[in-house]
Amino acid sequence: MSRQELALALPPGRPARRWRARWMSVPVLCGLAVVAAWLIVGLTVHLWAPYDPVMLAGRRLQPPSAAHWLGTDALGRDVLVRTLYGVRYSLPIAAAVLAVAVAIGCALGAVAGFFGTLVDGIIMRLADITLSFPPMLLAMAIAASLGPGLVNAGLAMVIVWWPIYARLMRAQVLSIRALDHVEAAVAGGAKPGRVLIKHIVPLCWSPILVNATIDVGQVVLLIAGLSFIGLGAKPPTPEWGQMIAEGASSFYHWWIATGPGVAIFSLSLAFSFIGDGIRDLLDPRTMQE
Amino acid sequence: MTRTLIRRILMMPFLVLGIVTVAFMLSQITRGDPLAALIGERQMGNPTIVAAAKAKWGLDRSLPERYAIYLGNLVQGDMGTSFRTRQPVASDLSRRLPATLELVVAAVLIGGVTGVFLGVLAAKYRDTIVDTVVRLLALTGSSVPMFWLGLLVLFIFSVRLGILPGPGRLDTRTAAPEFVTGFFTIDSLLAGQFAKFREALAHLVLPASVLGWTVTGIVARLVRASMIDVMSQDFVLAARAKGAGAWRVLLNHGLRNALIPTLTILGFTFAYLITGAVLTETIFSWPGIGSYAVDAARSLDYPAIIGVTIVGGFAFLIANLLTDIAYAIVDPRVRTGGA
Repeated sequence: MSRQELALALPPGRPARRWRARWMSVPVLCGLAVVAAWLIVGLTVHLWAPYDPVMLAGRRLQPPSAAHWLGTDALGRDVLVRTLYGVRYSLPIAAAVLAVAVAIGCALGAVAGFFGTLVDGIIMRLADITLSFPPMLLAMAIAASLGPGLVNAGLAMVIVWWPIYARLMRAQVLSIRALDHVEAAVAGGAKPGRVLIKHIVPLCWSPILVNATIDVGQVVLLIAGLSFIGLGAKPPTPEWGQMIAEGASSFYHWWIATGPGVAIFSLSLAFSFIGDGIRDLLDPRTMQE
Repeated sequence: MTRTLIRRILMMPFLVLGIVTVAFMLSQITRGDPLAALIGERQMGNPTIVAAAKAKWGLDRSLPERYAIYLGNLVQGDMGTSFRTRQPVASDLSRRLPATLELVVAAVLIGGVTGVFLGVLAAKYRDTIVDTVVRLLALTGSSVPMFWLGLLVLFIFSVRLGILPGPGRLDTRTAAPEFVTGFFTIDSLLAGQFAKFREALAHLVLPASVLGWTVTGIVARLVRASMIDVMSQDFVLAARAKGAGAWRVLLNHGLRNALIPTLTILGFTFAYLITGAVLTETIFSWPGIGSYAVDAARSLDYPAIIGVTIVGGFAFLIANLLTDIAYAIVDPRVRTGGA
């Protein structure tokens, strides 16, 4: 069963009591701690970092030492400081990409599911076509066509990602449209737009939010991948994918790529943990207790 | 389900057209002169080439006409000329395809075998430390940045320990074996060159393992879940009651049935593998389609990158269709259309 289907298994409006108890599992807490730590670093790093992320900090290509915990790169910049600054690019961009993709996907999916017929056909066929490309390849092609840069890479990711949410939202709307309270609202004379926004959409959010949480890690990975290829951030930006690309040219100096590599790994794993915990929570098979 | 399958097959031409249309649109939104995108900046000063390209791609026509011409050229297998390699994109791609296929097949083998093994282990020792460790490993596989992992294993196994070779399909001084299948491991065996076979195999181990690890996690999760499902059924109890040993029941009765759902994710893993292949090939200087795509994207070689996108889209479509068909053949409930 796919992730989306599992998320869809969530019945709308479950009591909040059981949620709180099972929510506090060890992996979820670890994931939340890591994300919180990165948020704090991202917000405050300029206050306490001992070096500038783009200026010379010491001798070139120094292995890790007391002065430079993760060594220095080919231009004598401190790898650890650059890694810490990197979260200022990856996390906001991933959040922005997901926010836009979720907004577009949900709006189109809700319209498709509610109004059906021709609109539904057009929107969902567009989604089908987009989803019939391997995501990485399509993102690469779009980013290359638009021209390299972080904004274009983000735009490419939005184009690749919206159909997932369109499908999810459409399925939600279809199942909730059949509920009694919607029929009652229609019988009461509510206009279609009002029914959709006031009576259907508010019940659709939980699986969407769950999926978005899981996807943050994946978007972080893919954006780093695009930057690594050279379609995202440009030097000297301390972006993680870009830093790994700098380290890749000489893998004898293993520490240059290790800082950003571990950073991406920790963030993406943290969101996987959180998502995995929530998925367990929603899985009806593990819910019967 | 049979009806779903027929519907899927009927959808195919539509999706193929969709893929091609998206590719055409991408070639239109490229910044700069689309003519330069087709023949390359350096040829722009040459009036005969410019005129020939204009006529061939119909650049002086309207957009719908251009679309029709683009389709016509594509049907004949013409995707334009790469302005980095100066070769037709189609022949570049067909030359590089075997390298990618060899890598992907090896990765699926490694990932599938380790995934099934870990999944069975996790199901057998459910809710113990073994289960937790397997689950952790599976999660790790989908969250580790593959391009960094590739660098790391290269550094450890090739630079530090020196037990495995560096990047590439063969050592730089070794000639490729005579072309039969394009798989260096198979071709060298066919030619009876065992030293070359060992070399090709050694070069394959690191990239295929890195790529295969992403599949390991997905397969392990699924095998674990469906093993637990199957093992709770009556026929397993019956087998056990008749006195079959624990492992025999697990493998003969459990795993055999648990493997069926694993087939369904074949298409799904393929998407991961393509993404992974793009980055893995770059790290390991593997001369396949993935590294071709990256080189094309880096040098803004539009005909090449759009060609790769089309081929990738088609491959993805076929993989998904094969998955549907395989599933229909394997599962009798699906085959008869019953519940």
